[in-house]
Amino acid sequence: MTWNPGEDVIEVLRGPKPGAAGGTYRAFGETLRGLKTTLARVVEGTHTIQYPEEKVPVYPRFRGRHKLHRFEDSGLEKCVGCSLCAAACPADCIRVVAAENTPENRVSAGERYAAVYEINLSRCIFCGYCEIACPFDAITMGHDYELSDYSRSDLIFTKEMLLAEPLERTPLRNEGE
Amino acid sequence: MLATVGYYEAWWIQIIKGIVIFAVGLQLVPIVLIAERKLLGRFQGRYGPNRVGPYGALQPLADILKLLTKEQSRPTTSVGFLFAVAPMISILTAVAAFAIIPFGDVQHIFGTPVGLYGIDVSIGPLYLFAFGAVAFYGIMLGGWSSGSKYSFLGAMRGAAQLISYEVSQGLALVGVIFTAGTLSLTGIVHAQAGMWYIVPQFFGFLVFLVAGFAETNRAPFDLTEADAELVGGYNTEFGGGRFASYFFAEYLNVLVVSGIVTTVFLGGWLLPFGIHPPGWVDPIVVLFKMSLITFLFIWVRATLPRLRYDQLMSFGWKILLPLATLNTLVTAILVVVTH
Repeated sequence: MTWNPGEDVIEVLRGPKPGAAGGTYRAFGETLRGLKTTLARVVEGTHTIQYPEEKVPVYPRFRGRHKLHRFEDSGLEKCVGCSLCAAACPADCIRVVAAENTPENRVSAGERYAAVYEINLSRCIFCGYCEIACPFDAITMGHDYELSDYSRSDLIFTKEMLLAEPLERTPLRNEGE
Repeated sequence: MLATVGYYEAWWIQIIKGIVIFAVGLQLVPIVLIAERKLLGRFQGRYGPNRVGPYGALQPLADILKLLTKEQSRPTTSVGFLFAVAPMISILTAVAAFAIIPFGDVQHIFGTPVGLYGIDVSIGPLYLFAFGAVAFYGIMLGGWSSGSKYSFLGAMRGAAQLISYEVSQGLALVGVIFTAGTLSLTGIVHAQAGMWYIVPQFFGFLVFLVAGFAETNRAPFDLTEADAELVGGYNTEFGGGRFASYFFAEYLNVLVVSGIVTTVFLGGWLLPFGIHPPGWVDPIVVLFKMSLITFLFIWVRATLPRLRYDQLMSFGWKILLPLATLNTLVTAILVVVTH
């Protein structure tokens, strides 16, 4: 006894068999449709962004190269050399060596400061955990993503490089853009 | 019997003519090259090459320069002599076929009659097919002598493709030859004074064009190259100048097929609506029509995916050949009835 599928059977519309006259006619029609589709792309114009000259603006939360910050009023560094960023870093690319602030040599607002602060950008995965881990907002992710260099050692960014005012080479996307 | 060739120019005019036509043909190839790359880009929503020179115009020059300065290498399994000769055969046949494309009627330049074509052979289309057949030796020998399985597969496909499509291509032209009553290409153009053959021979035009795509190994029939499955097909092992020769031959073949379609179906240098411009306009008209057909070539390449091998064969033998035969038959009957 054959199984009765009941009313669940969906009517299937079949096209003409390939190779037959109908198939040939259909193939010809589809060819013309394809030609129309490609020509419409010519009329539509290009979607390419000419990269070095034109750049896609980045979003404000884009995670590019890191920046270290100073207090705007006193000019002291925000980083106190706590190494929490280095602890949070999954790629282990941050190296912090802390030193004591003295009255003669006052670098940061806290007790200690980072004598050495290096980020190996060739290891960095731009996850932004350092930014989250930092209790003083001393390190944030910037917007620069053009980081290629000629040697690996050039990609180890020192504290001076991270503190320096970055070249804003990438346009920033405005609100609602 | 040798075919008669309509010579009436002095020998030195013929030499100058040969040089001029070869030079023009040689300049057309880089133009087609850059046009193809730019247009393919546009068809895909991008710009195409636009860095070398203004709007990327010097890109073909850079390409050719790069290829020519490259080291010539060949696999140890290759057959040396044939490996060197095969690209030459390809380029030779392409240039030879280019010679019969008429760019204009006989002009009187400084009082001497000069035909604006390489040669006007009385067997026009047959000459074309003869060189088209020899051109496949370039591909066959190139693929075989490389001593590589990919090249060999590409070459074998090329041979099968030639057999499948040359027949239909020939039959597509037979209808035109019946109607025109001549095999000379200039004669065929003159016979189109009333109406271009694209109208009465529309099916012949379609079959010839499709077979032309196959003949020049262009997409969707580029199974001899098939970069996705055969690396590069017959030219896998070729590099540098030899690869450039194959490349040059391919694009020149595109021009030749465009030229033949222009001559045979689009009325050559004739303009519609009874406009008779001065003689120097003829080559411009022919080049304009050729560029239209070349655009079609690029357009189709941008649109259609490559056919599977058995699809290619069944299309050639089951659809194209019957269509071409029927076209020939109907034309023959009509010609007999009306005369």
